[in-house]
Amino acid sequence: MKKGVVVYLHVHQPYRVRPYSVFDVGQSHDYFGSLENNADVNDEKILRKVADKSYRPMIGLLQTLLDKHEDFSVSLSITGDFIDQAERWTPDLLDGFRRLFATGRVELVAETYYHSLAFFFSRQEFEAQVNKHRERVQQLFGITPKAFRNTELAYNDEVAKWADEAGYGVVLAEGWDKVLGWRSPNYVYQPVDTKNIKLLLKNYKLSDDMAFRFGDSHWSEWPLTSDKYIDWIRASMGDGDIVNLFMDFETFGEHQWEDKGIFNFFEHFVAEWIGQGNTFYTVSDAAQGFEPADVISMPDTVTWADTERDLTAWLGNSMQNEAARHLYALENDVIRSGDQGLMNDWRYLQSSDHLYYMCTKWMNDGDIHSYFSPYSSPYDAFLYYMNAIRDVRWRVMQHHRLGGFDA
Amino acid sequence: MKILMLGWELPPHNSGGLGVACYHMSKALAIAGASIDFVLPYSAKHPKADFMRIHSATKLSPDLKAHLGSYDSSYVFERNLEDAMNPNSLRGVQKKYVEFVEKMTSEIRPDVIHAHDWLTMEAGIRAKELTGAPLVVHVHATEYDRSGENYGNPIVHEIEQEALLMADRIIAVSQLTKDIIVQQYGIPAASVEVVHNAANLDDFGPYTYDMRNYKYLEALKYEGHTVVASLTRFTVQKGLTHFLRAAARACEKYDKFVFLLAGDGELRDELIEMSADLGISDKVFFTGFVRGKQWRDVYSLADVFVLSSVSEPFGLTALEAAHHDSALIISRQSGVGEVLHSSLKYDYWDVERLADQMVGIALSPGLASDLRNNVRNEYARLSWNDIADRCMRVYRHARSKVLV
Repeated sequence: MKKGVVVYLHVHQPYRVRPYSVFDVGQSHDYFGSLENNADVNDEKILRKVADKSYRPMIGLLQTLLDKHEDFSVSLSITGDFIDQAERWTPDLLDGFRRLFATGRVELVAETYYHSLAFFFSRQEFEAQVNKHRERVQQLFGITPKAFRNTELAYNDEVAKWADEAGYGVVLAEGWDKVLGWRSPNYVYQPVDTKNIKLLLKNYKLSDDMAFRFGDSHWSEWPLTSDKYIDWIRASMGDGDIVNLFMDFETFGEHQWEDKGIFNFFEHFVAEWIGQGNTFYTVSDAAQGFEPADVISMPDTVTWADTERDLTAWLGNSMQNEAARHLYALENDVIRSGDQGLMNDWRYLQSSDHLYYMCTKWMNDGDIHSYFSPYSSPYDAFLYYMNAIRDVRWRVMQHHRLGGFDA
Repeated sequence: MKILMLGWELPPHNSGGLGVACYHMSKALAIAGASIDFVLPYSAKHPKADFMRIHSATKLSPDLKAHLGSYDSSYVFERNLEDAMNPNSLRGVQKKYVEFVEKMTSEIRPDVIHAHDWLTMEAGIRAKELTGAPLVVHVHATEYDRSGENYGNPIVHEIEQEALLMADRIIAVSQLTKDIIVQQYGIPAASVEVVHNAANLDDFGPYTYDMRNYKYLEALKYEGHTVVASLTRFTVQKGLTHFLRAAARACEKYDKFVFLLAGDGELRDELIEMSADLGISDKVFFTGFVRGKQWRDVYSLADVFVLSSVSEPFGLTALEAAHHDSALIISRQSGVGEVLHSSLKYDYWDVERLADQMVGIALSPGLASDLRNNVRNEYARLSWNDIADRCMRVYRHARSKVLV
């Protein structure tokens, strides 16, 4: 097998909670911001903007690269939140993805439909969401995923065991030094106590060079050229088999802007890497093509966020834990209602983005801008969210004809 | 650095945040090596201010000064100090203050003149004319802020305007204040430096909260009520009518609230009547003017502290509340919000938003504790020593400008 680069891109847009006040509770059930004038929480406006800046040009570029280079392949995961929004406002994006999958060289990776952290709160709810996602992408793209990634790449030994038993051939995680120790992320691994499944680990240094540092003119390596980047990949790879570049799809055009040259960079990188006799693999191709170098255990949850690489960006403070507790406490009553609208709203509220907006970690380093949020503060994010939770509770009580309004 | 500091009050004879800020700033400057001559309009002992030389411009007692109403600019009628005939009026005292400073300049040669607010600005201009030393004007509040939603006294506005134009360098206590100086007074933004205040409660001596001053409120708190407090002067500037309307609105959704309005002022009767009209008079507590332990206990008692000002250049009370572990709700029109990010913000007129925030904190222990803990950390990072360093830099800048 040739040495190869594995590119995996994650596609997602959340439903954002509008400034929803306690006076809206029990009055109106429209938590999500699509009707708001406030452009920061207007899901439709944001999707249309990102479609122009990122989705359409990147889908176009991937199509061009697939047409031009037989050796190019890529893996994608697309959340249900994104699919629902795109179906309503930008259906051409789904057609674009469908054409990419039709080439046979684009792999679709499974995940939770609602971009949730349900795995850590309710196994039953988690499985329902993974199943719903599988059915939806099967119906939409005619594909049954063989690879799995959990939301935010949140991974531990339990996730691997679950994915193994569910029949997936490979699962994705962060290649975090504290876990790897002397080992390199540039090999295929086997998760501990599993039978068939393989583990691919993100090469975070090289991924972040592209995803985070590319357009930063204060970076000592700026500007990043494809020549330099390929040199780094070779140096990092050493005797390894693969380099896993995992990042948000929106890296292209949204996080890194077109006028900084991100699309040109990627195009040249792909052409030169292949031109020098190398190749690209999808996540399943890589997992099947190489023998595991070692068995890896991650008892503690590792994610792809922050310097801590744990869940604290989503479940680090009291507000986040309180919000998640109240959210999942409603599970049985919401499911029992059989009310599809209510169930859907409750599940949109499970998106990890809501918890991320409540993160207060930046207060410690004073870097207000390091956490992106549509709200003016994490406290506002919490207030609006909790009011929405109260309304879900109100609807549950209406449905089951129980009690009245309470905290 | 020899500083001629022109102030209007110092603790314990202060009626607001201006005196507190002047005291801590001078102390930090003295620690940084500055030699300070501080001029006051009244005579009193300031045993804790032995780090500088205090000069009294008159023999008036600080009590008399309080009757003048140092913050009340609406009774100023004479543009020129020569026309101030009544020696016990505000303008009369200001006239004596200027004459005193004029006399001082024959003995004292300052490196820089530092004048605080409109009350001392005329004296600052005069001192600059007589000594040639650069004038730094420190703006803690403008007439635009003091007038609340109304139009202020045009004479005071004119005095401020003249001093801002004459100043070699201007310090504003917040970006909000800088914006007002630039927009309402037409001063170039490059002349104005923003230096936020800090707070230091150590100087007030040892303190422990013993729950004795507000026993009834503590009992309600024990039964699960959330105490929402405000501590301020009851003037139009402070936005308390909006606060009361929000309180009534919040009670529609959640009834275990008590509202503590500590302080006094011209709007007191109106506020009492209003709380009755709104049907929440049993939930609103008026303490009257509070000092000492009663004053600090308000902060200790409060679960939530609201700074509801219509226009607040800084808002020292928010820092004091942060020190005492309150969760903060701050109007966006208050400058202190620029340094206390861990707080809920609302536009002073947005009664619905404020009510929503009160209910949100009352219903969520997690939100309350995150707000409290994070704001305490932010508050702890503010330091008067940093402020003194900034002032020193401003002085050097002003001096280089004058010498060139």
